[in-house]
Amino acid sequence: MRHLLSTRSLDRDAAVRLLDIAEDMADTQTREVRKLPTLRGKTVVNLFFEDSTRTRMSFEAAAKRLSADVINFSAKGSSVSKGESLKDTAQTLQAIGADAVVIRHSASGAPQTLADSGWIQAGVLNAGDGTHEHPTQALLDAFTMRRRRHGAASRGRDLDGFRVTIVGDVLHSRVARSNVWLLSTLGAEVTLVGPPTLMPLGTAAWPATIGYDLDAAVDAGPDALMMLRIQAERMNDAYFPNAREYSRLWGLDDRRLSRLPGRSIVMHPGPMNRGLEISARAADDPRSSVLEQVANGVSVRMAALYLLLSGAGEDPTS
Amino acid sequence: MAARTVLHEADISRALTRIAHEIIESNRGPDGLILVGIPTRGRYLAERLREQISRISGTEVPVGTLDVTLYRDDLGRQPVRSPQPTQMPGDVVDGATVVLVDDVLFSGRTIRAALDALGDHGRPRAVRLAVLVDRGHRELPIRPDFVGKNLPSAQSERINVRVTEVDGVDEVSIEDRA
Amino acid sequence: MTTRAFLITGARLADGRTTDIRIEAGRVTELGAGLDARGAETIDASGLIALPGLVDLHTHLREPGYEQSETVLTGTRAAAAGGFTTVFAMANTSPVADTAGVVEQELALGEAAGYARVQPIGAVTVGLQGERLAELGAMARSRAAVRVFSDDGFCVSDSRLMRRALEYVKTVDGVIAQHAQDPALTVGAQMNEGTVSAELGLTGWPAVAEESIIARDVLLAEHVGARLHVCHLSTAGSVEVLRWAKARGAQVTAEVTPHHLLLTEELVRGYDPRYKVNPPLRRQEDVDALRLAVADGTIDIVATDHAPHPVEAKECEWPAAANGMVGLESALSVVQATLVDPGHVGWSDVARILSEAPARIGRITGQGEPIAVGSTAEITLYDPSPVRPFGTDRLRGQAVNSPFIGTELPGRVVWTFHDGYPTLADGELREPDDIAAELVRA
Ligand SMILES: [Zn+2]
Repeated sequence: MRHLLSTRSLDRDAAVRLLDIAEDMADTQTREVRKLPTLRGKTVVNLFFEDSTRTRMSFEAAAKRLSADVINFSAKGSSVSKGESLKDTAQTLQAIGADAVVIRHSASGAPQTLADSGWIQAGVLNAGDGTHEHPTQALLDAFTMRRRRHGAASRGRDLDGFRVTIVGDVLHSRVARSNVWLLSTLGAEVTLVGPPTLMPLGTAAWPATIGYDLDAAVDAGPDALMMLRIQAERMNDAYFPNAREYSRLWGLDDRRLSRLPGRSIVMHPGPMNRGLEISARAADDPRSSVLEQVANGVSVRMAALYLLLSGAGEDPTS
Repeated sequence: MAARTVLHEADISRALTRIAHEIIESNRGPDGLILVGIPTRGRYLAERLREQISRISGTEVPVGTLDVTLYRDDLGRQPVRSPQPTQMPGDVVDGATVVLVDDVLFSGRTIRAALDALGDHGRPRAVRLAVLVDRGHRELPIRPDFVGKNLPSAQSERINVRVTEVDGVDEVSIEDRA
Repeated sequence: MTTRAFLITGARLADGRTTDIRIEAGRVTELGAGLDARGAETIDASGLIALPGLVDLHTHLREPGYEQSETVLTGTRAAAAGGFTTVFAMANTSPVADTAGVVEQELALGEAAGYARVQPIGAVTVGLQGERLAELGAMARSRAAVRVFSDDGFCVSDSRLMRRALEYVKTVDGVIAQHAQDPALTVGAQMNEGTVSAELGLTGWPAVAEESIIARDVLLAEHVGARLHVCHLSTAGSVEVLRWAKARGAQVTAEVTPHHLLLTEELVRGYDPRYKVNPPLRRQEDVDALRLAVADGTIDIVATDHAPHPVEAKECEWPAAANGMVGLESALSVVQATLVDPGHVGWSDVARILSEAPARIGRITGQGEPIAVGSTAEITLYDPSPVRPFGTDRLRGQAVNSPFIGTELPGRVVWTFHDGYPTLADGELREPDDIAAELVRA
C-alpha cells in the first residue's frame, strides 16, 4: 500500500487484510513486551494542521509500538502558522527523511494533494482531512464491529448483513463518509439518520439509506448505532434551532437506549458531547464500545503503518 | 521446470521420528520441553513431533505457533507479508527448553527473527532448533540442533516442502529456477 | 494605424467565401479573388479561416496591483496569441477600477503595449464592496468611455443597489455585467454542490445560488428597462431562466466560458486546484445545456474569464487555492472542439459569439465588424485542422494555470492583425520592440 488516503479506494480484500493484520497487532498488545521491532529505522511524521490530541496520541502509540521513530509536527506555533505552504512543509519533511507522513488537515483533499504532489516520497496516511475522510477511524470502527460479532473468529470475515445506523451531522463528518464506503464494501447495510440540513445533497448514489427519524431507526434494531459528534459552531449556523431540540430529536437519550436491543453496539468516534448527541448513561452502557474503539484504534493504525512502510512497493492492493 | 522429489512421505516420517528421539535424548526426557512451530509448515511439523514424543515418552509436551513476520529485517525487500497468528502456550516459556521447528533452514534470518519474537514471550532456559531440511547458504551464525536431512543446494534452486495439512501431500522436492 | 500593406490570399471568410484580403492603413481596402499584391506583403492563407478579430468581454489583466499574476502587456500578448484584438479588462485590480483615473490608466497601458485594444470595465460599487455606487458617470465620460460595469468576482447581491445600478447606467447606454452568485448560499463554497461535492467533502456551490440571482436580475432589468449582461453562465437552470427572460423581451445578454463548455466537476476528484474556478465546473448535463444554448442563441457570447494566478496560488491544498483559469490562448480551440466540431454552430456563428456580439454588448466601435471593404483591419487567421496536445508552450501570458494542459485540442491561431499590423505572425508572437515600431509608424 503506497498511501492510505480514503476508504473509498479500498476493496473488500484489502480492507479485510488490513483488519486481519490489525488482529495480529492486537494480539501482540496483550503481551508483557508490547513493542515490536518491525519498523526499526523508519521515521513517521505526525503532521497535524488541526489539533487532535486523541488521534495524534493513537498514531504515536502505534508507530512507537512498531519501533518507528516519531516526529510530531504541529502546525500551531510552527512556521506553518506563519504562512509556510504545504509544499514547503512537505519538502522539509522530505529533507528530514520521513518515510511516512500521517497528516491531519482542515482542508478536504490535502492528503491527496500531498500524495500526488511529488514534493515528498513518503507514504501518506490520511488522519482526517476536512469533511472528506478519516479512513483509520472507519477501519477501527469496522474492526470493533467485527470483533463484537465474530470474536476470536474474526480473521478473514467481513460484515456481511451487519446493520449500522450512523446518526447526526453527516454533512460535515469525515468519519461518516469513510464509514459509508468501508462498511458497505464489507457488506454491511448502512443507514444515515439526522436532520436534513446536516445530510449532504447528492447522496443518491451512496450505498446507504437516508432517514430523518431516529426513533424508527432505533426500533429497527440496528447491530450498531454510531452517534456523530455535533460541533459547537453548527448551532449558530441555522442547521437546527438549538441544542435542546437537536438532542430531543437526534440524540441517543436514555429512552432510546432502553429500546435498543441488547446485542446492539453503541459507538462514538469521540470526543463525546455528553447530554447532546449521547446521554451519559448511553456512553457508559455495556453496549457502548467507546473505549474499545480507542484501544482498537492503536491496533488498526499499527496495521496501516505496517502496510505502508513494509514491502518493496509492488503490492497490488496499493 | 522439473521438480525432483528428494524426500517421500515415509522419509519424512522417519526423519521426524528420529528428531523426536534426539530431542528427548538431548533434553534427558520430555520434561520442560515446548515445541514452537514457525508458520506456515513448521507449525504442522511441530504438531507431528508432539505426537511422536507423546508416543515415545507418554508425555504431552506443549506446542505453540510463533509468527516472525513483524520481526523480520527484510520487510522492505519483499512484497508486503501478512502476519500469521501466533499462539503460544500460556505462562510456560519462562525457564523452558523451547525447540523451534521450521521446514527449511536457509539464510538463518527467519530463525534470528524467531529468537527476537520468542524473547517477547518470555525467557526460556534454552532454545534449540529443529528443521526438516538444511539447505546451507547461511548468512548468520546459526546452526540447527536437529536436522531431518542436509540438502546441499545451489542458490538458484528452490526447495519445496509440502505437508499434508496444507498441500495434501508429504514431500520435499528440488526445483531449478535458473 | 499603420502604413504597412498586406495581401492575405485564399482565406476562407466566416460565411464560407474564399477571398483575398488587402489591408492598408489599418483598413480592409479590397476583397476578391486574384488581387494584385502591389506594394503589399503577401500572406498565404489557404486553408485558414479569416475571422473578425476576437473580442473578449471578460478578461482579468491584474494590472495595476497584481503584476505577479499578469500585466496588461503579458495579458494582451496572451490575447494576441489566442486571436483576440480586444479584451475588456475586469475591474478587480488594486486599486479597483472604480474611478475615471484608474480606467484611463488601464486604457493607456493597453495602448502602450499595442498587442490588443484594452477596454476597461468599471466597478459597479466602490472598491467592489457592494455598498455604494462607484462613479459610473465619470468613468463613462472618461477617455476610456466605459460602458460595461461589473463587480465581477463579487455579486451585486443587494437588490436595491442592483436596481439603482441598472437604472443609472441607462444614461450612458451602459450595461451591468453581473457575477451571479448569492453570497449567503455560497459561504465557503469550493465546488459545484451535488454528488461529487458530497463525496469529496467540499462545501457546495449550489446551482440555485446562480439561478436565483439571474432570475432576480432579469426581473429587475425588465422592471426598470435596463440592460443586463450575465457573466459566465454555468448551469442548465440558468439557461432556462435566461430563455424565459428573453422570451419576455428583457434586455439581457449572457456569456459562457470555454471551460464551462468543456469541463465537468468530475475533474475535481483529484483535488487538483487547476480545476478550481468560480463559478465552479458543473455536471455534464449543464455542459450539454450550455452548448445547446449557444447554438440556439440563448447564450450570446463566449467570454474567457481569463484569470491568471501565480504558481503558488495553485500549488497548494484545494480550499487554499485561488479560483480561476487562464483562457485567452485556448478559447478558440475550445470553441471549435465544443461547438463547431460537434455541429452546434458554424464559423459565422463563431464570428458572432467571439467578436461581433461581445463588441456590440460592450458598445465599442471598430471591433467586431464583419470583414468587408472599409472595415477596420482586425483579423484573426485560424487553422482548424491540426489536433495536438495543448501544452504550456501555447501559453503566452505570465501564468500557467490552464485546465487544458495535456488535453488534445484542435486548431491553431496563425495570424492576428490588430489595427492593421500583425501582433501574431505565422504563429509567432511579435516582440514588444516590433510592436512599438508599428505604433510609431502610425
Ligand atoms: Zn466572475
